Amino acid sequence: MIATAAGAFSGLFGVGGGTIIVPLLVFWLGFGEREATGTSLAAIIVIGGVAAGAQAIYGNVDVAKAALVGVPALGGVVAGAALQQRLPERLIAGLFALLLIAIAVELIL
Amino acid sequence: MEAADLIAAAALGLAGGMVGGLLGVGGGILFVPALAIFADLTQVEAESTSLLAIVGVAVLGTWRQRRYGNVRLADGLLIGVLSPLGVGLGVVVANEVSQRALELGFAALALLIAAQLAARALRPPSSADASPAPDAVSSDG
Repeated sequence: MIATAAGAFSGLFGVGGGTIIVPLLVFWLGFGEREATGTSLAAIIVIGGVAAGAQAIYGNVDVAKAALVGVPALGGVVAGAALQQRLPERLIAGLFALLLIAIAVELIL
Repeated sequence: MEAADLIAAAALGLAGGMVGGLLGVGGGILFVPALAIFADLTQVEAESTSLLAIVGVAVLGTWRQRRYGNVRLADGLLIGVLSPLGVGLGVVVANEVSQRALELGFAALALLIAAQLAARALRPPSSADASPAPDAVSSDG
């Protein structure tokens, strides 16, 4: 169930499915939050790879532009961890929530 | 693409990596709008290209989390291996529906994740958080 739901989200929206996987692991399978986070990332490697391959069959994947966001993102993973040591996680989460609301508004308009 | 667009896309990529590490997600929620708004891709192209970028983030994130003992590798891989049914469904639908429908669906997903983040921002700090909060009102986590 978790795998199918996450996979559908991934193929449909181009996200890894972690948004679905983490809460389902916590609420259905009783994972701790940190354990769910780590396990979700491992699942996303496979799901993202499968979904990228499937979309590539439709000719939708632009490898150079994937690198344009993907390479800075690797720095972001490291920077995010460092930032967490210096800023309260609640502040970071709040800022990202505002960023996502702005994106949703941009897409809807 | 102009230089400003290039920088904006790369900056959102960086932010995507940060939110990925923070939430255990791949960062696609920021990669997709970065590619659609600044890199001249259609919504379905942006989503597809995002998937490739996610794999790199997930590999690095898993490796880091594994050092903390947070990864149940067998469970994670099992979810991955069982996912292709859903993936196939999602990919076919994404390629069939209109660009507008996909944009609205994605906007709804962005709001859902914003709500998750807002909940995290507003809840009382738990003892599991890395940052010390000696003056925090006590909670049962």
